[in-house]
Amino acid sequence: MVGSSIFQYDFILKGLLGAVFASITAGLAGTYIVSRKMVFLSGGITHASFGGIGIGYFAGINPILGAAVFGILSALGVEYLSVRQKIREDSAIGILWAFGMATGIIFIYLTPGYSPDLMGYLFGSILTVTNADIIALGVMSVVLILYFTVFYRTILYISFDEMFARTYSSYVDILKYITTSLIALTIVLNIRMAGVILVLSLLTIPPNIALLFTRSYFKIVLWSVIAGFAGTSAGYAISFFAGIPVGATIIFTLVIIWIAAKIVQRITRKELVVKADIV
Amino acid sequence: MAYLFEMKSVSASYGSSIVLKDVNLRVVENDFIGVIGPNGGGKTTLLKVILGLLKPVSGNIMFNTVLINDRRTGYLPQISTGDSNYPVTVRDIVLSGLMIQKGLAGRMSVHDKKKAEMVMEELGLSGISEAMLNEISGGQAQRVLLGRAIIGDPKLLLLDEPGNFVDSTFEIDFYEKLRILNNRMAILMVSHDVGTISQHIKSFACVNRTLHYHPSQEITSQDLLAYGCPIQLVTHGQVPHTVLKFHNGGK
Repeated sequence: MVGSSIFQYDFILKGLLGAVFASITAGLAGTYIVSRKMVFLSGGITHASFGGIGIGYFAGINPILGAAVFGILSALGVEYLSVRQKIREDSAIGILWAFGMATGIIFIYLTPGYSPDLMGYLFGSILTVTNADIIALGVMSVVLILYFTVFYRTILYISFDEMFARTYSSYVDILKYITTSLIALTIVLNIRMAGVILVLSLLTIPPNIALLFTRSYFKIVLWSVIAGFAGTSAGYAISFFAGIPVGATIIFTLVIIWIAAKIVQRITRKELVVKADIV
Repeated sequence: MAYLFEMKSVSASYGSSIVLKDVNLRVVENDFIGVIGPNGGGKTTLLKVILGLLKPVSGNIMFNTVLINDRRTGYLPQISTGDSNYPVTVRDIVLSGLMIQKGLAGRMSVHDKKKAEMVMEELGLSGISEAMLNEISGGQAQRVLLGRAIIGDPKLLLLDEPGNFVDSTFEIDFYEKLRILNNRMAILMVSHDVGTISQHIKSFACVNRTLHYHPSQEITSQDLLAYGCPIQLVTHGQVPHTVLKFHNGGK
């Protein structure tokens, strides 16, 4: 623990804010993708966005910006294809997944005289998290809270029964596209925290912890945020003191919490049988 | 009598295949229409056109203002459309029937929640209001979806094959519910089972590409032949009796 107390204070504050914003955004977006069974699709979006990171490096623009563009475009593309039902969705996602990674690697290696911290993007690194990243995550938190608050019922019901929603609203497709874009953006912004390979678990483990104890969508969001915060802040702290990568530590902590929650649920289970195997 | 909606020479198609041709139908308040006809004859398509899910290729539909402005149409789809593993409770599913009147940013008030309690009470769902669809029986799930369809006090209720997944003990109860509901709303019910529904409905609509309206609950094989509706026939008179007969052709 070297460095001035000011530096340490700044570092801890950044870590704390990062944990708060990551758990809010991941909780909201994660509950949506887990309950709509979009986990694999989200994996595709995540890895496709790595292509944007590579191109961002090569072109000398902010890699996260490149990732955002790639992430949103691939999300819209897959949603569009699934609406049209033109091709097998899981195959399309599989292709997108690998293509994004390949593109990213190729462009990073083509970038002359500069070897970026690949590990940081793949597994998350506490050192690469900038103030701008924290601010972006903060803004994203506010946007998502507003969006899910205003359209809570509509989002809930479209996900449950899209066909019925179409009988009363002609905005179903537009709303689905907007929501999926916001999910893609959330994933990309959280890549700084947990890395391309681990970020998906940051979104999917907390709702699965919540699903062990409740079945109301709103409560799942609430408990996801709480579980996410417990996991990220503890992971952050452990990573800080043990000097191991933050992304891996967060995910490891979250899985431990999930296992503990599962045991608690087994013991305290009343007649409440919750179908939690949604992943 | 005030009409709820009127279809004038409406034709509908999927791509190039015409499913409904020149359909004329006028539905008045408190009518109870059984929509019958062979599979693939266009029964569900008719509902889709009325719901606005499918745009007619020609003709037009005029709706009474109560359906347009107050959005008082209720719809009970075939059960398969909802994801039964989705984390949403019976109460919230029933409440979702109000979204048609509330719009995209709709919120549920205390009054709305009381309304949901009343509907669940009426349909015998109070004990399972916190359950998910995958935790209840098929008959209960259907009542949940019926609750969703009627919570907005519709003037027109559309039912798609409600007899399909109901256990027979609940069936009698279900039709009795519909009879009571019919006092305050018109009902348009798609069904295969002419025998069961003929005791409950007031009129028939035979759909087989074209539509023939039959303004009585009694229908004869001659009627069906004239309407081009090749289906099993059940009739009943003073003493209930059944005549079953297959018709071929009808084109």
